Amino acid sequence: MSEPMISLKEITRVYDVGAEKVYALAGVDVDIHNNEYLSIMGPSGSGKSTLMNIIGCLDSPSGGLYNFEGESVHTMDDNQLASIRNQKIGFVFQTFNLLPKLTALRNVELPLIYANIPKDERMVQANLALEKVGLGDRVKHKPNELSGGQRQRVAIARALVTNPAIILADEPTGNLDSKSGEEIMKLFDELHAQGNTIILVTHEAYIAEHADRTITILDGKINTDITKHIKRDVS
Amino acid sequence: MSKTKRSHLKNTLKESLRMALQAIRDNKLRSILTLLGITIGVFSVIGVMTAIQTLESSINSGLNVFGSNTFNVQKYPAIQMGGHTRNKYRNRKNITYRQFEELSRRAKLPLLVSVSDGRGGRSIKYKDKTGKSNLYVVGGDAWTLRLYNTFLGDGRNLTEQDVDFSRRVAVLGMDVVDQLFPFEDPMGKKFTIDGIGYTIVGVSERKGEMFGESQDNYLLIPITTFLNRYASHRTSLDISVEAPSAELYDKTREEVIGLLRVIRKVPPGEENDFEITSNDELIATFGTFTNGVKLFAIAISTIALLVAGIGIMNIMLVSVTERIKEIGIRKAIGAKRRDILFQFLAEAVFLSEIGGIAGVILGILGGNLVSLAFNIPAVIPIDWAIIALVVCSLIGIGFGSYPAWRASKLDPIESLRFE
Ligand SMILES: Nc1ncnc2c1ncn2[C@@H]1O[C@H](COP(=O)(O)OP(=O)(O)OP(=O)(O)O)[C@@H](O)[C@H]1O
Ligand SMILES: [Mg+2]
Repeated sequence: MSEPMISLKEITRVYDVGAEKVYALAGVDVDIHNNEYLSIMGPSGSGKSTLMNIIGCLDSPSGGLYNFEGESVHTMDDNQLASIRNQKIGFVFQTFNLLPKLTALRNVELPLIYANIPKDERMVQANLALEKVGLGDRVKHKPNELSGGQRQRVAIARALVTNPAIILADEPTGNLDSKSGEEIMKLFDELHAQGNTIILVTHEAYIAEHADRTITILDGKINTDITKHIKRDVS
Repeated sequence: MSKTKRSHLKNTLKESLRMALQAIRDNKLRSILTLLGITIGVFSVIGVMTAIQTLESSINSGLNVFGSNTFNVQKYPAIQMGGHTRNKYRNRKNITYRQFEELSRRAKLPLLVSVSDGRGGRSIKYKDKTGKSNLYVVGGDAWTLRLYNTFLGDGRNLTEQDVDFSRRVAVLGMDVVDQLFPFEDPMGKKFTIDGIGYTIVGVSERKGEMFGESQDNYLLIPITTFLNRYASHRTSLDISVEAPSAELYDKTREEVIGLLRVIRKVPPGEENDFEITSNDELIATFGTFTNGVKLFAIAISTIALLVAGIGIMNIMLVSVTERIKEIGIRKAIGAKRRDILFQFLAEAVFLSEIGGIAGVILGILGGNLVSLAFNIPAVIPIDWAIIALVVCSLIGIGFGSYPAWRASKLDPIESLRFE
């Protein structure tokens, strides 16, 4: 097998709560390869979000080794981490995290601004990303003028717009009804089919079903790591 | 490399500006209240500077009331600052016609020595008509018109004989002609003022207005005639001296001062008991006055701007706190620290710049009310406007730095989790 895109070794994340130490992650080892479709499950408070944030370079581990595309994340400064978040990773959050004052188009444009793309090109790419998630006719709408499912699709368009290798989604369907949730999952399936690496956190087994590999976490440790051996039908 | 860097900077600035505008639009009232301090500070300094510049430009020309190489000798200074020194002047001896005559006889250097006095609020009668009661009667001599840069329009000027024989003749200003002789030739006509009859021998050219006041509402009669009617124990004459050339101006001035000290018996070592006034001195006196006002305005606006700066810092801190979540989102999608820093700095600078521009506009408008009131041309103090806007940017940067730095240092995860 090729070198993993993401390689975590004995990753810990410790919070000091008063005099007590809370181990959100208590030694996680996991390798994730290009174009994997991975779901992370586990009870509330088990450390799923913490793990996602570390993978997404939003948070720094307290201990252990994290190599992203063969490079050690520990040696990177703030600017380099911001660049990785901007170029390599697309985040999708449970609560969408759109800027309420900006239109869908402007929200999707934001990562391109920080990627220093010229205005005209930004508009082209942002429009394209919105079309890709089926919102070509809603570009001028603000988040509060969109349904929950539509908002999450704007958020996915924002995650996609810089063509990142990895999409990280922390309970992307958690705030949606099951029908909207299915639509969102179909989008992820398509993205995976197009070559993206997808990592998603979920509580629902039927959501996790979409992934090829499922990790369960318990008390900050990996409990099970199961890979399905059915080849997906890529059509 | 440097080209992409520059385009990056341009991009960042443009975006920061747009976000700043958005943020200001989102909080209109709050922004306006914050702006107000800046606006007031800038308004006060620009307003005062505009007003003074307006006055200066017209006073520097307006103060050229005397002909060149000319100075005046008076009992009282032309411009007096503060009231406490008034007694010092009042106790001086009056300047009399005799003193003038003696000076005139003994002075060798002057091209001419002239004497004048005036009395306002007179009213002129011609046949059954009465003019307005705000006429200014000037007693003078053959040189008076020339010394006040006035030209004869018709008839003749006063002569030395008119003065020597106290003739009852007069040269009219155009306002009097307008009032009493709209349709007839005034030359040779007789009129009375304060019970004395005069014959019109000349009319001066129209001078127009200065500081909104007519320069033509006067009439000129021989000084001796004037003194016969109007002299009192308070009468102190103005002596005007014209030097033959700019080179001889200082020497002439020295001679006149020396002679006057002798004539007025000023003991050696004591200061002059009369005032010498010239265009230069009028301008200098006005200058010290305006400098005081300028300093005062600068002090006021410095305080106002400081207070406004603190207001901006406060509003920016609030803005950062309100937008922690937004900062977290921006960081999660790739904003660097300096992007966030720029965004909030731009907002602060923009905020104070809008206030500053409003202040500049209001200040120029307000300051030019002076020019409107005095009917003189309006001015725009570009130098002060630029200084004000630069200062506003500095205030924005100075007081916006700390909030912007705080925003840039926020932890992305904690910010995202912030509700
Ligand atoms: N800032 C913090 N300070 C202290 N403890 C924290 C902090 N953030 C997370 N934790 C702790 O770390 C543990 C893991 O949290 P995490 O958010 O990763 O859980 P999770 O698996 O995502 O749960 P959920 O399914 O409810 O989202 C929890 O016990 C939580 O209390
Ligand atoms: Mg979570």
